[in-house]
This record gives sequence, C-alpha cells and structure tokens, in this order.
Amino acid sequence: MTFDVNEYYSELSGDNVLIAYKGNVSSELISNVLEAVETRMEDFSEDSKIRKKVYNVLVESLQNLYHHIEELPPEMQKDFDQKFGILVVSKVDGQYKISTGNFIEEANIPELKNKIDKINSMNKDELKDMYKFILNHQRLSDKGGGGLGLVDIARKTGNKLDYKFNRYNDEYSFFNLDVFINAQK
Amino acid sequence: MEPLIIEGTAKTPNVKFESEEGLIEIKGRSIPENSIEFYKPLVEWLEKYGEEPKDLTQVNVQLEYFNTSSSKCILDVFKKLETIHKGKNEVIINWHYEEDDEDMLEAGEDYESIIRVPFKMIEIVE
Repeated sequence: MTFDVNEYYSELSGDNVLIAYKGNVSSELISNVLEAVETRMEDFSEDSKIRKKVYNVLVESLQNLYHHIEELPPEMQKDFDQKFGILVVSKVDGQYKISTGNFIEEANIPELKNKIDKINSMNKDELKDMYKFILNHQRLSDKGGGGLGLVDIARKTGNKLDYKFNRYNDEYSFFNLDVFINAQK
Repeated sequence: MEPLIIEGTAKTPNVKFESEEGLIEIKGRSIPENSIEFYKPLVEWLEKYGEEPKDLTQVNVQLEYFNTSSSKCILDVFKKLETIHKGKNEVIINWHYEEDDEDMLEAGEDYESIIRVPFKMIEIVE
C-alpha cells in the first residue's frame, strides 16, 4: 500500500502546533518559518535557553531538508511540489517536537539509515568527537551542507533521532524524522 | 589596507575587520543555507592581513546563533588567525556567549581544542 503523505500530515497537524507546512522548501520559506516560530515562542514567553535550542535545531532541520530534498520526477509532480517537504513544530507533553518529511530515493536509504543508527548509538562524548572530526576533516559541499546537521541535532537535544522510511512507490520512500527537545530546564 | 565592513541581516552577521587597530569582529546570527559565499571575502581579507599583521590582533566573536554550514567557515577564519599566531604575532580570540547558553560555550570550547590560538570565554550577563 502506498504511504499517504497527506493523511500523515493531517495527523501531525493536531493540537499544540506552532507551525505546520507542506510544499516547496526554499530559502525564503526557511526565513519565514524561523521568524514565525521565534515570534510564537516569544508570545508564550518560553525560557530563553529552550527558545535558543528549539531555534537552533529548527535551523538545522530545515536546512537539512533544503540541502537533501530530491527533485521529484515529473509523474510525481502532479501531486507534489518539485522540492516537496513537510514541517510540523508542536509542543507535546513538555517537549517540543520538530517533524520533517521528504521523499528519498530507495537507493539512498541505506546510507542515511546507517548514519542515523550510528548517531543514535553514540553517547554525548562520542557525538562531540564525531562533530569535531567532521568539522575538521570534511569539506563543505557546493550547496553548503557539511554532513554535520544530524550530529549537531543529536548533540543539542540529547535525544535519539526518531525516524521512519515509508514506502511510497518502487523508487521512492517518504522519510520522516522526529526530533524532540525537552522543554523543562 | 581597507577595512572590511558588512552589515548584518536576518541570516548573516555584522562583520568589522579593521587592520589599523588589529580588530576582527563577527557579531549576530550566522545561519545562511550556504555560508561559503558569505565567508569567502572574510577569509581572503585575513589572508592579506596576515602578510603584515599587527603585533596584537583582537578577535571578538559574539554569535547568537550559527548553523553547521557556518561552523566550517568559522573554522576557516580561525585557521587563518592560527597562521598569524604561528608567525609570532599575538592573537586572542574572545568567544562571547550569553550566560544561559551552554551550547554556545561548548561550541567555543570545540574550536579552542582544534585551533592553536589562545581563547578567552566571555560570558555576557544581561
């Protein structure tokens, strides 16, 4: 059965949502989302330490999407924007949850899965070492991505990256990533 | 040598590089999707400055946010400063962080452990 992206999106966009978006992920969209979320958090006077953490993790989540979204083939562009992604930021049970989603080609799944599993198996110090190693030894891609986003997210949140690959068709799956930030000091 | 002055935007920091005073400042937010373009003139300026640096170069980094794309470019900036420091000219990097921002302090310590230039961690108390 095909994964229903729209249904998944409506399920995510329930209560306590700060922002929900589906569509083309562009640089302007990222600016708008960041501004909106910053304003929302100021409105309900969130603690500045948590506000910064959410903002930081949101920047990395959005820019990960921006750098890694694959341009969809014409037959899928009937239903989705060319650089389609989803984003939902919500607050549930004392945690901020940042959910992102994008299509990924089957062939690219193992590499991403291995990377996340590796990150999830590491403790705080190991993540710090990995971050410093990549920072010092890996060059930026032409697009400006550095392979540090997920490591940074894991370090800053102190939580495991929650992910799923949902089969969409023979070539594509829909990749969901949920990131949690504890809102208690 | 001409100073390098760049006004900050929502995604890029204020930059003030003054060769006469030996003063290097980067302040604000650094979260562009692609930071290479933004940092290129900074690294080039420092390379030129490194040919005839002041006896003491004071570096003030005061970032509210920076993304991982910027983190590599900031390392490139620091590596240029490291070269100046190796050439027997004094360089001090003042890394500012807000009092509750442990992540920013830790980021400074990461750089301090990679770059052979003295760092001073400065807490900003509101």
